[in-house]
Amino acid sequence: MFDQSEFLTVHGCRVAIGRRGSGPPLLALHGMDGAPGFGPMAERLAERFSVVLPSHPGFDASDTPDWLDGISDLAYFYLETIERLDLRNLHLVGASIGGWIAAEMAIRDSSRLASLTLIAAAGVRAAGAAMGDPFLWSPEAQVRNLVHDQAIASALLQAPASEEELARRLKNRFTSAKLVWHPRFFSPELQKWLPRVRTPTTIVWGADDRLFPIEQAHAFQRLIPGSSLRIVARCGHLVHVEKPDELAGLIFDSVRRGR
Amino acid sequence: MKFYFFHLMPYGALDLDYVKTHESAWLTLPNSYYDPVQGHRLYRRYIDELRLADALGFDGVCVNEHHETAYGLMPVPGVIAGALACTTRSAKICVLGRALPLLNNPLVVAEEYAMLDNISGGRLIAGFVRGIGVEYHASMTNPGESHGRFQEAHDLILRAWTEPGPFAFEGKYYNFLYVNLWPRPYQKPHPEIWIPSQGSAQTIDWTSHPDRKYTFLHTFSPITAVRKFVGQYTKRCEDYGYSPSSDQLGWALPLYVAETDAIAEREARAHIEDFFNKFLRAPTEYKLPPGYTSLESAQAVLTGTLKVREQHLSFEKLIELGMFICGSPATVAERLERHHREMGIGRLVTMLQFGTLPRELTEKNMRLFAGEVMPRLRPLGERP
Repeated sequence: MFDQSEFLTVHGCRVAIGRRGSGPPLLALHGMDGAPGFGPMAERLAERFSVVLPSHPGFDASDTPDWLDGISDLAYFYLETIERLDLRNLHLVGASIGGWIAAEMAIRDSSRLASLTLIAAAGVRAAGAAMGDPFLWSPEAQVRNLVHDQAIASALLQAPASEEELARRLKNRFTSAKLVWHPRFFSPELQKWLPRVRTPTTIVWGADDRLFPIEQAHAFQRLIPGSSLRIVARCGHLVHVEKPDELAGLIFDSVRRGR
Repeated sequence: MKFYFFHLMPYGALDLDYVKTHESAWLTLPNSYYDPVQGHRLYRRYIDELRLADALGFDGVCVNEHHETAYGLMPVPGVIAGALACTTRSAKICVLGRALPLLNNPLVVAEEYAMLDNISGGRLIAGFVRGIGVEYHASMTNPGESHGRFQEAHDLILRAWTEPGPFAFEGKYYNFLYVNLWPRPYQKPHPEIWIPSQGSAQTIDWTSHPDRKYTFLHTFSPITAVRKFVGQYTKRCEDYGYSPSSDQLGWALPLYVAETDAIAEREARAHIEDFFNKFLRAPTEYKLPPGYTSLESAQAVLTGTLKVREQHLSFEKLIELGMFICGSPATVAERLERHHREMGIGRLVTMLQFGTLPRELTEKNMRLFAGEVMPRLRPLGERP
């Protein structure tokens, strides 16, 4: 477990935060499954970086503030957070909706960013390529459709979950729905302004992502000048769960491309 | 007691074998299952049934709103209500109701209801609902904004009906520089308001508030739930320092009356089972998008303390649960009288056509209910 016993209050919202490792600063923004899912990956990154892994407002043990309406609120929240923590030359890594938040931060103010890594990121729409609808999926499909290797899905489904853990997942699902419901998983403004991003960017995508089709990875690459795309074979949406070794290597590469 | 005839206008010609290949009659059932020739026939028949209800002496005729489903063919209930406003004589026209949060401009409901009220000469009963969960998938309205949008849209409509225009409206979800309703409603200060509900605590609290005292209409639920939520509503009114009139308490359910209990069961069985198990069929994820209920209620669903119906409901089970009342006029009247006495319900919204129930049986059901059940219950008044 990546220890998240610290709390930080920004813009009136108290969030759980984990800090570990030493080296250049790296902020990891989790997806709809919350910070614990990204914990093992954050552990690895802490071998080389000073990693900050917060739980977004509305997720895990963090408060759900009244002002939380959409992803752009979280982008401003984290821009304020990195100023507060005085993180400079920051490596910003985000998965799924965490990638969306990271991209929204980058179009607003990239002055503190050294590199950007977007892993199966929400935020853009590729015309004609249908996304999955996790809000219609059954609880089992919510697991099965997010990974390529069904043995991993079976193991996840069989793992016992405490009542507290189920409550945490439900809270995250509620907040996720609120943030992404409409327009579903994308922002027309982000799509318009991604060409503004000057931060060296790497886009990482599972070849078999059934939530966000690979066309979205190409859309990101087209929109962000000079970005590179790394596709992970035999991998679904949860790259950090399914291919942690490969993802860690790709993040290290991405950081090396940074300024 | 007062009686209202409610029509869902189901697509009764639905090929029920759809269940072999599709998980729901809502949202994802391909509309190639819909045949407009059958649809035309059904609309005309159902309008005739609503007109017959007026002629038979029901206090009101009721329609409602659902989208993208074979369960009910009224995405725009005002179309049917408009036809009824011109072709019925004395029944109230009840739209139960328009789903306010789904709209980007709720003033269209203020306008539509004002038109209906004017055309019908003040016979409109105005229903406001949040819309069931699946409508949030169909409309892409954020379920997490459901209560907020509902209350704000309601406030806007009430002000549009009662305050001189033009005025400006400043809300979180809705903003207007010029609210200036033409026509104004016919009834003063505005049409009576009903809130159909399945018992959300927030809705009960809001509906019973002394500023509103709206009729709480509990819909299509087991009798234990009706008892519980009507009880909660009554208790809430008492907490607010008043006792609700029986007109404030409503119950909506399907009923079937025939010459004898045995005939009623034989005629209704397949139709009511198909209604609940095939027309109403939808997985939990369809019904409860995240944010539609409070986090606490969703928690209760998850841990099983709050049951979401997914199992097959047989005729016997439906009777046992009190979700359906069926039998001879005496059986049905006795059952309703008993429930009236325990809950004080003053308004019964009857659904006498359901799913595939054909024209002849629907009419027979209506005539027996109006002729032999209603007269026995009419005199029942305020709670003892």
